[in-house]
Amino acid sequence: MERIQQVVGRARAAFKAGRCRSLEFRIQQLKALERMVKEKEREILAAIKADLHKCGPNAYSHEIMGLLGELALTMEKLSSWAAPQPVKRNLMTMRDEAFIRYEPLGVVLIIGAWNYPFTLIMQPLVGAIAAGNAVVVKPSEISENTAKLIADILPQYLDQELYPVVTGGVPETTELLKQRFDHILYTGNSAVGKIVMAAAAKHLTPVTLELGGKSPCYIDSDCDLAVACRRITWGKYMNCGQTCIAPDYILCHPSIQSQVVENIKATLQEFYGADVKSSPDYERIINKHHFKRILGLLEGQKIAHGGETDEASCFIAPTILTDVSPESKVMEEEIFGPVLPIVPVKSVEEAIEFINLREKPLALYVFSNKKELIKRVISETSSGGFTGNDVIMHFFLSTLPFGGVGNSGMGAYHGKHSFETFSHRRSCLIKDLKMEGTNNLRYPPISQKKVDWAKFFILKRFNKGQIGLALLALLGIVAAVVWKNHHSVLKRKALLIVLAVQRLGWPNVW
Amino acid sequence: IQEVVGKARAAFYSGRCRALEFRIQQLKALERMVKEKESEILAAIEADLHKCRHKAFIFEMVSVLEELALAIGRQTSWAAPQPVKRNLMTMRAETYTCFEPLGVVLITGTWNYPFLTVMQPLVGAIAAGNAVVVKPSEISENTAKLIADILPQYLDQELYPVVTGGVPETTELLKQRFDHILYTGNSAVGKIVMAAAAKHLTPVTLELGGKSPCYIDSDCDLAVACRRITWGKYMNCGQTCIAPDYILCHPSIQSQVVENIKATLQEFYGADVKSSPDYERIINKHHFKRILGLLEGQKIAHGGETDEASCFIAPTILTDVSPESKVMEEEIFGPVLPIVPVKSVEEAIEFINLREKPLALYVFSNKKELIRKVMLETSSGGVTVNDVLIQYGVLSLPFGGVGNSGMGACHGKHSFETFSHRRSCLVKDLKMEILNFYRYPPSSQKKVDFIKFAVFKQLNKSQMALVILALLGIVAAVVIK
Repeated sequence: MERIQQVVGRARAAFKAGRCRSLEFRIQQLKALERMVKEKEREILAAIKADLHKCGPNAYSHEIMGLLGELALTMEKLSSWAAPQPVKRNLMTMRDEAFIRYEPLGVVLIIGAWNYPFTLIMQPLVGAIAAGNAVVVKPSEISENTAKLIADILPQYLDQELYPVVTGGVPETTELLKQRFDHILYTGNSAVGKIVMAAAAKHLTPVTLELGGKSPCYIDSDCDLAVACRRITWGKYMNCGQTCIAPDYILCHPSIQSQVVENIKATLQEFYGADVKSSPDYERIINKHHFKRILGLLEGQKIAHGGETDEASCFIAPTILTDVSPESKVMEEEIFGPVLPIVPVKSVEEAIEFINLREKPLALYVFSNKKELIKRVISETSSGGFTGNDVIMHFFLSTLPFGGVGNSGMGAYHGKHSFETFSHRRSCLIKDLKMEGTNNLRYPPISQKKVDWAKFFILKRFNKGQIGLALLALLGIVAAVVWKNHHSVLKRKALLIVLAVQRLGWPNVW
Repeated sequence: IQEVVGKARAAFYSGRCRALEFRIQQLKALERMVKEKESEILAAIEADLHKCRHKAFIFEMVSVLEELALAIGRQTSWAAPQPVKRNLMTMRAETYTCFEPLGVVLITGTWNYPFLTVMQPLVGAIAAGNAVVVKPSEISENTAKLIADILPQYLDQELYPVVTGGVPETTELLKQRFDHILYTGNSAVGKIVMAAAAKHLTPVTLELGGKSPCYIDSDCDLAVACRRITWGKYMNCGQTCIAPDYILCHPSIQSQVVENIKATLQEFYGADVKSSPDYERIINKHHFKRILGLLEGQKIAHGGETDEASCFIAPTILTDVSPESKVMEEEIFGPVLPIVPVKSVEEAIEFINLREKPLALYVFSNKKELIRKVMLETSSGGVTVNDVLIQYGVLSLPFGGVGNSGMGACHGKHSFETFSHRRSCLVKDLKMEILNFYRYPPSSQKKVDFIKFAVFKQLNKSQMALVILALLGIVAAVVIK
């Protein structure tokens, strides 16, 4: 436990030394991270396979691909992200520089989860490094092979003091949470999310919590069911249902329920073949604890397909439940397994009501050809994110911030949003000591006249265009007066004036 | 309190604050309230802080009116969906983020700017479409009472209830479930608020405080610098979260700084500060005694006069203050200005960095390099160079702290975003399913290679156009051939 205090202390000292302040250093570290992902690809895929029974190509596309994209994007865009962002000024600050700077926070903590054990640590790490922080990395102990590997290889590529890896279980995590961090990003479940936030509160540490929930999937009767079910099947049973944004349950009209089941069955056959257990593409439940938990959800349910299990290998076949009652156990907690309940609802209104009676989910899915229906569901519900006519895909577009709301979390990351999450957005206003006369309005003794001036100056805002227009108007008036008084002279000297103006480069001023 | 919050939630669920028109109508009503009840509001602030009406108008009401005008004018554009750049795989989809209401939010104000600290965030919370429970500080009791009185006369009573009371009522409020809590106050209570919020996974914005340092470079116009510092320090009797808390400067200019401040104080408040209508009072006896305690053992270069009966403390300057003294431990929040001598800007930076990150940081200098160095090597909520306080008035700048001085930010559009959920939306259609072949099992290396190309290359419009042109070019070439 002392070791944890030391590790965090060393990271803080390394941060204060100032070396991760420079963009070059950060990019160099990101390049090293990229090298690590490429050079250690085989080891990484092997670890993920050992943890989740996931085949190489799937592990690559689920966990490594996105990460490499994130690294490339971040390295390319870092200098523009880190550049000061000017803001609109008011009349009082017209002569001043006003901008926002993104600055490092200090030492941040990233706690990963076991379901995508590599990418859920690495992707936030990219943003945290890019933002100039020291980062303490805590992979989930439940995906132990990946945790061990990360602890092994990260120090071989990255600055060892700035980016230490801490492994261990609940005791180590508890000790970690006692330390002081400048931001904590936690991926996991809501119950532990509350513990993390409570620990963070002791140090006034801001948190990003990527939690979960029951992501509903509404299927409109009037849409291409074959395609819809294909996409749902892919997202649901990927990683054996252990995906935070997997479609948790289906809401649809009772009349299409059996069609939905048939379509999913057909797709399952296409994806995994007749014998799912021997398909290299089908993963396993992470451990016995979750295996038993999911098994318990099947009790008393109408199993329309699947239901086969094998405890020794933590195998649960792709399962569909029909006519599920809203009060049953499988509808209480996030399933996080290959069990897909279908809850019949008579209309989209009923679906919306059903969704709104429950905690805000991390994702929400709607399948429909009717744009109006989709827009309606979006506007009458709330969720972290939304994908229409597909599942999961909003996760893969890094320009979309990825995060939850309410019980499904707070804050967001991915792409530039990671950089911003791990930065402090500092407001800067730079004046000079001249024109002190204009400040007299604000100094005591205060009078009614000063109040009237304040009303004028402060309550009227200008942007560059308006200031430009005002000045142009003034110039126009001046020009008109000059023309009136001197037009004969000006006509004679017109050519000279044009040349003089060009010489001065006057248009460049504007 | 449970009922009040429950009613607000039911009112939110009824959906009426979803419509932009409704929100604008409520904001307009709030604007009417501020204008029609102006003299009552100024009277309440005067009763609480001994602040003259002109000052109360300029420093509390003008910002609220500015926020209202901005929100009413911009709300539609703030609330509109914001498209985001797509990649090759989402080229045909609609991709955007939209700001949505969170639900029921709690705003707790504080006593030093009792009207402003409640109303300014309220504008953003209403604009974002939430129900808002408003809890003014009980310490500024006249303003609290007034807000409880007039707000229900203008705003929807169920959606925007006012809860008054002290610690017991606040504790009870914090047990309820909110979708966001904005707290303005001190760090100690900030921790309590965040811990209470953690029980419900409620996100928080904490506008806290700290000791905002003010570094004066020897080589600058000291008269002007000290004038501006004096204004910001003694405004509201030093009870401003972003007041310059203490000065760091070279010992050789210390006495000059003192003289300049003294001259400015004379100019602002006259020979007899106590009788100046522009000089406020300490809010109550508790804080009066607290600030008095900070003076013990200090070298008083100016001021130091007090009168407990009226909670009056004269503008005071302390010199050669030791970093270990009590006055350098906590946020002063009073009209006492310590000067801590430092030999260089490096020493000043080190001094600042040994302490908690402040809400504001001030530097007075003509040298661009020095200013850049201080900014780069320190951290604070915000920075203002060659002036104090005015970063607060630029609504396009997010106002908030970092570390011990807070988390999250407000003002203008930032309030709107703080009180909203930024939801990511990706809307596809069910066509061209064939294009999804690469992602479905059975997996293969070929599919992986396809994803490498297609999924993670983000293209902008011109790049996409180039790709399409290239494709067309190939097609044309083949056709011609």
